[in-house]
Amino acid sequence: MGKLKKTLIEPVFDNNPIGLQILGVCSALAVTTKLQTALTMSIALTIVTALSSCFISMLRNRTPQSIRMIIQMTIISSLVIVTDQVLKAFVPDISRQLSVFVGLIITNCIVLGRAEGYAMQNPPLASFVDGIGNGLGYSMVLMLVASIRELFGLGSLFGYQVLPLASEGGWYPQNGLMVLSPAAFFIIGLSIWALRTWKTEQVGSED
Amino acid sequence: MRHSTWYIFAFAAATCLVCSILVSSSAVLLRPLQHRNEVLFKRKNVLMAAGLASPDESLSAAEVESRFSAITPTVLDMRSGTPAEGVDAANFDVAEQPMLQVPPNKAKVAGLPEQSLVYQVMKDGDVAMIILPVEGKGLWSTLYGFLALDAQTFKIQGLTFYQHGETPGLGGEIDNPGWKALWRGKTAFDEDMNPIIEVVKGKAAEPYEVDGLSGATMTSRGVSNLVRFWLGENGYGPYLKTLEAARKG
Repeated sequence: MGKLKKTLIEPVFDNNPIGLQILGVCSALAVTTKLQTALTMSIALTIVTALSSCFISMLRNRTPQSIRMIIQMTIISSLVIVTDQVLKAFVPDISRQLSVFVGLIITNCIVLGRAEGYAMQNPPLASFVDGIGNGLGYSMVLMLVASIRELFGLGSLFGYQVLPLASEGGWYPQNGLMVLSPAAFFIIGLSIWALRTWKTEQVGSED
Repeated sequence: MRHSTWYIFAFAAATCLVCSILVSSSAVLLRPLQHRNEVLFKRKNVLMAAGLASPDESLSAAEVESRFSAITPTVLDMRSGTPAEGVDAANFDVAEQPMLQVPPNKAKVAGLPEQSLVYQVMKDGDVAMIILPVEGKGLWSTLYGFLALDAQTFKIQGLTFYQHGETPGLGGEIDNPGWKALWRGKTAFDEDMNPIIEVVKGKAAEPYEVDGLSGATMTSRGVSNLVRFWLGENGYGPYLKTLEAARKG
């Protein structure tokens, strides 16, 4: 049980997919203008990573080596399409805001990275937990970036107005940079710096 | 472990079969729900353009339906500007319509459907308000929305977009309720029925001007162009003439 717990917790801080491995940054830039979309995206990615790792792990001993990547992609894309369909049916407003980015989970390196790097060597339950853990690691960074961007860019958190906007009679002038993609780059960059100052063993060797 | 070629083919085929069943059954099973969401979403936007719903309200499906009962969808023959005969508005799909050529225009509208669905709010047997579907190019994307006009004075009653891909916080502010409220009561036409409504840079000075969005010059210009196009002779011009004739007659 201790090993599973480690598999779950490790990717959140010690081996964070965005923070340490710098994977999945593309979608992190796009969906983090608001917390609500970031949360939905996080949940979608976590579910897809966990389930795809689980299924790929079940088939790992039967999958021919020569076509393993294609098999992995087939399973991942099917799960992503189903997730997208479910979002469209049950939370149409959020699905509309996420537009193509749910579909782009297919190309998110975290999912394929876990499939190839972990699920192909480990049993289904451990792979499932590993998927959840990496999903949580991704979610943590996404939520952090989104809360900063939404607070300073739109003056709200989860759509609830925290800072009264100057444009609507309050005192807070919106920070236009925060709603643009480069802001996410800066925040992710700064948080990687902060993470590596805290956990110095994550600093890469200079070669 | 070495696998035979046949095993590899069979494995790939089996995986694809299972996955395709999964994908297609989810698409088929969820289709009715998704379709319902799309219809509701469009109707909610018609209500918002007409000022019968506010953007902050989260309306249940039943509420949308009950408010929508005040609105009569009408199929319009775009070139003649008169209601199309014998077409059922409930089952009308504009996507199935053949496209008519339009001259090159600033709104970059490629073509006009032969027949289109418009919405009328009736009052004492007369048309009181019309809600027209509009579309046109912004900065990044095509904007799709509804424009509501008072059928008597042809003043603008509201404008709302239900689909666009403009930059959130800049061009995306076309969704801002405060900005949308500026459109209400604006004069759309000059005395000769030429559309003169315009989104200007900075503050509006005339009754036919609307404040521009700061940091979104191109999107603002796009909105100007598309509203003018659809109110002009290549858009709903013929329909507006029909309404005017009916009012005078």
